[in-house]
Amino acid sequence: MSQAHTTPPTLREWLSTDTPRSRFQARSIAIWNAWRTLSSNGLAMLGLAIIVVLVLMALFAPWIATHEPNAQNLTGRLNPPGWEGHLLGTDELGRDIFSRIVFGARVTLYIVALVAVTAPVFGLIVGTVAGTMGGWTDRVLMRMTDIFLAFPRLILALAFVAALGPGIFNAVLAIALTAWPAYARVARAETLTVRRSDYIAAARLQGASTFRIITGHVMPMCLSSVIVRVTLDMAGIILTAAGLGFLGLGAQPPQAEWGAMISTGRQYLLSHWWVATIPGIAILTVSLGFNLLGDALRDVLDPRAATK
Amino acid sequence: MSQPPRIEVENLTVTFGEGRRHVVAVDRVSFRVEPGESYGLVGESGSGKSTVLRAICGLAPIEGGRVLIDGQNLTGARSRAFTRQVQMVFQDPYGSLHPRHTIDRILSEPLSIHGFQGRDQRITQALEDVGLDPAFRFRLPHQLSGGQRQRIAIARALILEPTVLLLDEPTSALDASIQAEILNLLTRLRREKQLTYLFVSHDLAVIDHMCDRLLVMRGGKAVEEMTDGALASRDVDSDYTRALMKASEGFVRPGAA
Repeated sequence: MSQAHTTPPTLREWLSTDTPRSRFQARSIAIWNAWRTLSSNGLAMLGLAIIVVLVLMALFAPWIATHEPNAQNLTGRLNPPGWEGHLLGTDELGRDIFSRIVFGARVTLYIVALVAVTAPVFGLIVGTVAGTMGGWTDRVLMRMTDIFLAFPRLILALAFVAALGPGIFNAVLAIALTAWPAYARVARAETLTVRRSDYIAAARLQGASTFRIITGHVMPMCLSSVIVRVTLDMAGIILTAAGLGFLGLGAQPPQAEWGAMISTGRQYLLSHWWVATIPGIAILTVSLGFNLLGDALRDVLDPRAATK
Repeated sequence: MSQPPRIEVENLTVTFGEGRRHVVAVDRVSFRVEPGESYGLVGESGSGKSTVLRAICGLAPIEGGRVLIDGQNLTGARSRAFTRQVQMVFQDPYGSLHPRHTIDRILSEPLSIHGFQGRDQRITQALEDVGLDPAFRFRLPHQLSGGQRQRIAIARALILEPTVLLLDEPTSALDASIQAEILNLLTRLRREKQLTYLFVSHDLAVIDHMCDRLLVMRGGKAVEEMTDGALASRDVDSDYTRALMKASEGFVRPGAA
């Protein structure tokens, strides 16, 4: 117990006491404990490391890249990795593949981040409102969700992009529009398990409004499932974005985007394998990173698995 | 009588479901509770006693009859004024506290809903009232024992300074020694704060200890109303009450009589 100490407690003691003294300390302890569980999982740390590297690569792209990503050099096209300072070789227009991968990380991260802050939030709102209110609200919202779920995801995204015009922002919009129903379903399922619980009844008895019950009581219970679902979906989102890029409906040339890079490299796959393979490895690695982290987050955040 | 009863229940009927699954959970039950009184509802599980409580606070639909608090008829959604006046303690302390909210949040939420001032002081006072160390304030419910959780649930109910406390088997999820502690706490709080209790239990011994008058229920119907004294002198009318009394005496080894 920290009270027994005459000297101010060390940070570690402050974080491991079972009698926190303030809201801030209680929250810090919760985060610290979650971090300890997470950091004891080796694969999760590998996943987190991959994501951190991706973020750093995107942030410091101009300093990391060895060449200008769009600088063409037609005399030095399709050179193998290691040729004249081109770490990962050059593509069909003589552009440095390593630099394009580094700048492509920005596009990937932009897509992932935008989808991650739109689709899950929208899905969470729809799901918790439908689950809490029940009745007609539930029926209307869930049938809407069903309609969106009935479409194959990539096809629907394709249709949206085709209608809105190609480009990264429209690709993000299309992915977000096709991704939210899954979150709405998860959130609603979670809501249904808690809406009849005594603590929700107690909140109602205290005069809490429906809005307060949804945001303050129901959403925290759904949040962990949704976050886990988001991390696990990130790989799918990256792949969809790459797929749209591959089909020419995502990022437009000359912008470096991993999916589009594979698409152009495909023509040279047999003779110059690195042009398509290296962005492929990048997509694979980042998807794997998100999946590993998502798996571990499920163990940390799942309220049912919470350690007593 | 000049003053209306604090709680008056008249021919209360509560039904659930439709058609084949239609169930009459409470069937024309009437009783009245005077201010400051402790009134018990006893019966086996499924007798509708908890449903009466839930109907009073609007968690179950009132199909027929009336519920009056201080002479005012309750209809539709319960008002904020009602929630200031009537609070409830639930049976299961493991289910009635939000698993992700700290004790601080659980206790401060009703205060912020009703715009109370001086929250810090009220929370410390509420913890003190139910005999908990203020050090518990920033813990999460899963870091507390069952008895401590039920104390928090009682503190949450009392923090709005209600006049009526509905108690839905507040001790049945706790083990025997903790039960006694919670019952003593409830007795002390009623004396200190002049509360009116409506106490639901299946345990006649608990009701006998806690209540001035009681109503025996079975299958949604009121069987008989009796006073504390009648129970002690075994002055009961119905066989059902007699059976309940026998059950509350506990297990008797056959042939040991």
